[in-house]
Amino acid sequence: MKIEVKDMNLYYGDFHALKDINIGIEEKKITAFIGPSGCGKSTLLKSINRMNDLVENCRIKGDIFLDGENIYKDLDVNLLRKRVGMVFQKPNPFPMSIYDNVAYGPRTHGIKSKAMLDDIVEKSLRDAAIWEDTKDRLKKSALGMSGGQQQRLCIARALAVQPEVLLMDEPTSALDPISTTKIEDLAMELKKDYTIVMVTHNMQQALRISDNTAFFLLGEIVEYNDTEKLFSIPSDQRTEDYITGRFG
Amino acid sequence: MDNLKQKLSAYKKHPGSLVVMLLVMFASLITFLVLFFLVIYILAKGIPHLKPSLFSFTYTSENVSLMPALINTIIMTLLSLLIAVPFGIFSAIYLIEYASKKNKFVSIIRITTETLTGIPSIIYGLFGMLFFVTKLQWGFSILAGAFTLAIMILPLIMKTTEEALKSVPDSFREGSFGLGAGKLRTVFRIVLPSAIPGILAGIILAVGRIVGETAALIYTAGTVTKIPKGVMESGRTLAVHMYNLSSEGLYMDQAYATAVVLLVLVLGINTLSGFIAKKLTKERS
Repeated sequence: MKIEVKDMNLYYGDFHALKDINIGIEEKKITAFIGPSGCGKSTLLKSINRMNDLVENCRIKGDIFLDGENIYKDLDVNLLRKRVGMVFQKPNPFPMSIYDNVAYGPRTHGIKSKAMLDDIVEKSLRDAAIWEDTKDRLKKSALGMSGGQQQRLCIARALAVQPEVLLMDEPTSALDPISTTKIEDLAMELKKDYTIVMVTHNMQQALRISDNTAFFLLGEIVEYNDTEKLFSIPSDQRTEDYITGRFG
Repeated sequence: MDNLKQKLSAYKKHPGSLVVMLLVMFASLITFLVLFFLVIYILAKGIPHLKPSLFSFTYTSENVSLMPALINTIIMTLLSLLIAVPFGIFSAIYLIEYASKKNKFVSIIRITTETLTGIPSIIYGLFGMLFFVTKLQWGFSILAGAFTLAIMILPLIMKTTEEALKSVPDSFREGSFGLGAGKLRTVFRIVLPSAIPGILAGIILAVGRIVGETAALIYTAGTVTKIPKGVMESGRTLAVHMYNLSSEGLYMDQAYATAVVLLVLVLGINTLSGFIAKKLTKERS
């Protein structure tokens, strides 16, 4: 298991957002988190790279391990976030050039050599399947790109710090169908090298690309299984109701 | 014309909205006319008296030169900004980026700055005289004036910087933290550069206040009409110069000419900073 969450409970003030979460995420697989809005799937995702630290009033009990190391006790938060990259729901390129966007991460972690940065930028953009679109306009602002391109740029930016895990928080929900397909193909390609955890509202998407799926409801994981099994023979009635579209 | 007809028939159905539209148009027209009349009046009264002798480097009661005052204004502005801008920006960064929202200290700072913004400038002048001029024994000096003005514009710069920082989307911060960047790097590489146009707008407002200030300066920087040899010497700014000329009543024409120079100076500063802000935002987006 790449990531293990053990007996985790999370509170936003008095609100009990995640209840007794236990889950293991397999290495170099795509794990999908599905469930209705407000069920805690994004909250769990953001706990894995400690983005919830930024939320005031957020308390976490229990442990999360990355390769056996406790992310809240053994790891420096900035190094954790270097190892566990994140792609957000809305593309959020920085207001700077495409090159500087991708180079921001490596520069943060101390790489100064121009030649090295050039290599990293090119490799990351290639890995995110956006090199062809960007190679002639690296010095142009990232804000001039389309939404789909911006999201792939954000993926390239995340890849540039050579993470082990990639967390994706509904990465296609703000995108058109063609861009969505591109991101999905990209995720399938990337799982050869990275462990991917993806929150999605779209059950078809989970079915198409994920290896394992966890179904969340009201802050609990109702069912966690191999994706095909979960969608074909769900073991819990609530999972069946959700995937057949009876609620959510 | 069809468009106008459509609009008119729409207004027939809603006479209230026609009244409101006329009211807002009337209000904006009045605002424009007031400004227009003011500028024209000053230009008409002042321009005929703009003589080369007004720009002589030494003031005598014959040439009534405004050059020393012009130079003092520039020194005063730069010095005040030099003192106030770093403090203002850094406190705003603390309030927005570092302090917890429930922090008691923060709400005290907020109340204090809001109160300071509302204090009449003569009170700052009085404080400056008692503290910088008398207590610290700086005498009437550019330095005492600059410190007094710095205190006066500090809340303004803080407030505008705070607003500028608040308007930077959280998604930028999240993106930066998500890549493993720490707070310091996130603030200085991502947040602050995005907030620059807003911060500059605040600085322009502050410059406007400095350039136009008289009350706070008469008791701190004094009214000497020479170009000072150092910051410990007294010197009058353009606004103070104008105030003195017109209160003495002997040099009204020169007072208007000074007003023209002051107007051009303010316009020039505004255009320049607008240009800089545009350039900075263009480079980034």
